[in-house]
Amino acid sequence: MERVSLSPSQILLRVFVGITLLWLIIPVLIIVPMSFSGARFLSFPPPSWSLRWYEAYLTNPAWMQATKTSLILATSSSVLATVIGTAAAYALNMTQSRWIRNLQVVLLLPLVVPIVITAVGVFLVYAQVGLIATMSGLILANVMLGMPYVITSVLVGLRKFDPTQEMVARSLGMNRWRAFFAVVLPQIRPSVITGMLFAFISALDETVVSLFISGGDYQTLTKRMFTALRDEIDPTIAAISTLLTGISFIMVLLMAMNGRASAARGRA
Amino acid sequence: MAQDANTGLTSEERRERRMILILLAPAVTVVGLLLIGPLLWMCWQSFQGPDGFTLVHYQRFLTDTVYLSSFVQTFRIAFLVTIAALLLGYPLAYVAAKSQGIWPPIILGMVLLPFWTSVLVRAYAWLILLQRRGLVNTVLVESGVIDKPLILVNNEFGTVMATLHILLPFMVLPLYATMKKIPAELEMAGASLGGGGWLVFRSVFLPLSLPGVIAGSVLVFVLTLGFYITPELLGGGRTFLVSMLVSRNIELYNEWGAASSISMVLLLLVFLIFRLASTLIPFERIMGTR
Repeated sequence: MERVSLSPSQILLRVFVGITLLWLIIPVLIIVPMSFSGARFLSFPPPSWSLRWYEAYLTNPAWMQATKTSLILATSSSVLATVIGTAAAYALNMTQSRWIRNLQVVLLLPLVVPIVITAVGVFLVYAQVGLIATMSGLILANVMLGMPYVITSVLVGLRKFDPTQEMVARSLGMNRWRAFFAVVLPQIRPSVITGMLFAFISALDETVVSLFISGGDYQTLTKRMFTALRDEIDPTIAAISTLLTGISFIMVLLMAMNGRASAARGRA
Repeated sequence: MAQDANTGLTSEERRERRMILILLAPAVTVVGLLLIGPLLWMCWQSFQGPDGFTLVHYQRFLTDTVYLSSFVQTFRIAFLVTIAALLLGYPLAYVAAKSQGIWPPIILGMVLLPFWTSVLVRAYAWLILLQRRGLVNTVLVESGVIDKPLILVNNEFGTVMATLHILLPFMVLPLYATMKKIPAELEMAGASLGGGGWLVFRSVFLPLSLPGVIAGSVLVFVLTLGFYITPELLGGGRTFLVSMLVSRNIELYNEWGAASSISMVLLLLVFLIFRLASTLIPFERIMGTR
């Protein structure tokens, strides 16, 4: 695109896009000043500044318990989803059989089925086997929801990977297992990490399924936030939201760094 | 690798196949037990009444006006959100794909940060912005544009606004990926043949970007059909979407048959949309695996 002269229509286009971008970003940023408000009511700009809502959050055992549950849930389910999903993606990429390849559609179903229906289904199963309001139940459900991201991302990575390298490693006497860890995995690592970050954030953010299946000591942060929001707009949520947005920001940075690492690898 | 033409499969190949199945087993088991199994059970349940087989749960679609109006409202909102997302997302992706230097990462970053922010956080932010004494009303009243605060939330407007905000990245990202692949030489060729900017755009760029348009639109439309959080929090009871119809039937009335039949109809519609779209572009492309 030339820098020299922009036609009026191109200037108009840029202004339009600029406004759209502001509209996208402002709601995400607006909660930050809100969370430092000293007032009970959410007015903008806040009449005074304070840390009272952070204090309210950090000193409330119920919020702390929910935060702990969510962090344990997101960490363990994203690790499990990454292991299971990477294995599945590797198999899907390797197979010659059309029938097995079509399993990909089945494994991506959790992304396609509307989340409320998934939630009802999981609730149904858990009610039979006594997994309602348990940590293992939450983890298992989020493994299923996070897996498609891992499979998608790793499949993209594997398609870019030159399979002859693996064949060479195996012809030199490595078995599949060793060849995978020594040759394949290092090359698809950025895709695996991308998938894991997606699975992590998807589990941290997941609300609808946990509305149905989490409870008791194992209420997720999102379930608590959702119920709190339905009743009243408590500024404590602004403090929690700011912290969650901070996590998202770190995730975007990690993604960008991860992307740059993979680009550098591609050039090498 | 020793190849034995007579048996078809060598022992090596048989071992390979077994390994593929073992690697897939955990993933397939999880999806089978937690998703496909329950879906089949719900399908069966939707035909069950107190005296065995019945169609009564599906008859309600014809007799109960709540069902019909809920589906109509859901589809209307899905159309609105998809068209608005296309109108906002296409220019955005276009500028991101055409700009150079530091601009593409900045633009994409501004799309990705909301994308990675919790849906609940964004719904909350819109609640703050749009409420009676929220930022939008304050600015409008103080600047004298209006003299009474507008009702922007607890209605369909609030729901559409927040849903659009949450789903716009799902439109922009496939569009951007598709546009990035369109070779600039094609447009130059068009221009060298005497086409003006608009003509070249319309006859070269736009048709080549259509796969992205389809992928983004299908994603946004289908996701809106199943959306739950924003209509629940920002609809104020005035948006009663299909997802809420499902959850109410279970939470309030414990009506598994009704909830199952509604789920089956919604699911069928979603599958139908994917099926139709996949006649135009491959399913893997919509989901971003290709």
